[in-house]
Amino acid sequence: MRDEDVLILKEPELTPAERLYLPQILDGMRTTLRHMFNVRRRQSTVCQYPEQRRELTGQMRIANYRGVHRLNKDPDGRIACVACFMCSSACPAHCIHIEAGESPWPDREKYPIRFDIDELRCIYCGMCEEACPVDAIELTPHYELVGCSREEMIFDKEKLLQIYEETKHIKPRKNPPITDYGLTGGQSRDVAQPNVESKL
Amino acid sequence: MLDPTIRRIESTLRNPWVLLSAGAVLLAILLAVLVATFPLYRPVLESQFSFSLLVMAVMLFVILNGTALCILAERKVAAFTQDRFGPNRVGFWGLLQPIADGLKFLLKEDIIPARVDRPLYLLAPTLSLVVSLLGFAIIPWAGYVRWPWLPADAPPLTTQVANLNVGFLYLVAVGAVGVYGVVLAGYASNNKYAFYGGMRAAAQMMSYELPLGLALLVLLLTTGTLRLDEIVRQQAATGTWYVFAHPLAFFLVLVTAFAETNRAPFDLPEAEQELVGGYHTEYSAMKFAMFFLAEYAHMITNSALIVALFFGGWAPLPFVSWYSETSGVIDPTWWNVSWGAMLLKLAIYLTKVALFIGLYMLIRWTIPRFRFDQLLRIAWQGLVPAGIGLLTVTALLAYAGWHRNAAVTLVANVLILLVCLRAAARSRRPVTARQEDLPPIDVAPPITGQHP
Repeated sequence: MRDEDVLILKEPELTPAERLYLPQILDGMRTTLRHMFNVRRRQSTVCQYPEQRRELTGQMRIANYRGVHRLNKDPDGRIACVACFMCSSACPAHCIHIEAGESPWPDREKYPIRFDIDELRCIYCGMCEEACPVDAIELTPHYELVGCSREEMIFDKEKLLQIYEETKHIKPRKNPPITDYGLTGGQSRDVAQPNVESKL
Repeated sequence: MLDPTIRRIESTLRNPWVLLSAGAVLLAILLAVLVATFPLYRPVLESQFSFSLLVMAVMLFVILNGTALCILAERKVAAFTQDRFGPNRVGFWGLLQPIADGLKFLLKEDIIPARVDRPLYLLAPTLSLVVSLLGFAIIPWAGYVRWPWLPADAPPLTTQVANLNVGFLYLVAVGAVGVYGVVLAGYASNNKYAFYGGMRAAAQMMSYELPLGLALLVLLLTTGTLRLDEIVRQQAATGTWYVFAHPLAFFLVLVTAFAETNRAPFDLPEAEQELVGGYHTEYSAMKFAMFFLAEYAHMITNSALIVALFFGGWAPLPFVSWYSETSGVIDPTWWNVSWGAMLLKLAIYLTKVALFIGLYMLIRWTIPRFRFDQLLRIAWQGLVPAGIGLLTVTALLAYAGWHRNAAVTLVANVLILLVCLRAAARSRRPVTARQEDLPPIDVAPPITGQHP
């Protein structure tokens, strides 16, 4: 680092009004009063949650929003997950629990017998979504997630598949990057329909 | 899956008409009971002693409810200045929020940490609250009253709990005791942050009692009395509120009142960004709530004191005489002694107090907290010299016999204010100086040698 790279900044001198401080107080009170009586600004700033909902507008917002998880189905209605454990390895919160079993279908080796996500443990970072090679696990724009017990908040495979059914009209499944393990001789069966424009 | 019954109760409470009619019904019942049992409590009203007790009970009720409402108002003001709505879920416009808060505080677990100094730990919140409520004893809420069924020559009753000769001196003394609660809480909690909070409160109180005393001395020189009812009577009679005669003294009292109540910008003892929670870090549930109530009760006391000293107490408007005769004799006109006028005067007094509390809140949500050295410099280099100057000039005026002339004292105040502001503007180190503008601190050389 050379000398001329160093930029010496001097704080501005206090003006007489700032030295007196009292005018500054009055100035500040004017600002607070202006905000206090600006009802319209308040109404446009605050979202009164249960009555008003935030609207996720635009496909990007919907695609990027990290709400509750879902497990996708392939076009045949089978679970898309191939039980590769990539998501549970990537998960920094260790909230994904998978039990793999031998797949009854010829185009893949494994499928999950159990697939549990502890939604209370999850930090909604989206690493599982990025790790998944077949885009089977995805985060949805659905953010209202409540329950009465901790057990209730551990979502199993059926629940996650059901969320897919409920949210697929908002956010259709992406085209999976890997669709074939060579088991069908290049004849992939797991190709989703191209994304259709959808509205929230 | 909220229970639909709860939802129904909630929406019922949020209906303003339900609240309004419930309030009206309660008020009607209260009035009916008061009218029906009138012969029973009539003798209570007639003697000054029992009437004072009654005033005490009623005002205690009003003030404790007032503090609860103050907390709601504070949250609302805070929210509004920050473009939010504040509490608006419990009841219409969040009006039942204080009840919800109170219930929450009552039901919370009351933790006493293991290593606290138990007696002092338990004493501290009690002391804070009791002391802040003590001040109400001498506030002259509504002047005098003479009941219509009594003969016209009966001595009128005062609506003060205690008409002390030492007057506002008592308030200053009680206010100074208030810091004991804070210091004790800081000491007894056995927590460094709480201790810092207590120490700060002590230093702050030391520094700000002085300008408060000086400003009150100025007022004593002007009025010639310490009795609050007499001071209010003078203002009502002449129409010259003392804020017009002594704006500088009012300013000093206002600033010290902020400091004494530990309110922003002087809320260093409970600076949550620096000290976790300050002196009440280790307190929970109702004990914490008592500190909270004490702060707001203190605020109301100080506002009531300022209103009595500088804003004419129950007098509705300045520059008009509301009290026509000489000191000591009660004018038997409607305005001075009837009970209807008493209620009106009480309402006026409470309105003025509420306006002051609004000012407190607005200031709190406007100005950032002072640094501790700034805080002390404001007191010792700003307020104390101004107070001494004002006291000297007022004493000279009193010697010359001009201290009752509001125009003269006003000019004197403005002159002193200008001198102080000029000095502050010219000084190389203003009271709100930045850290680097300050001279380096002489650090004592490290102690050499063996550790004992």
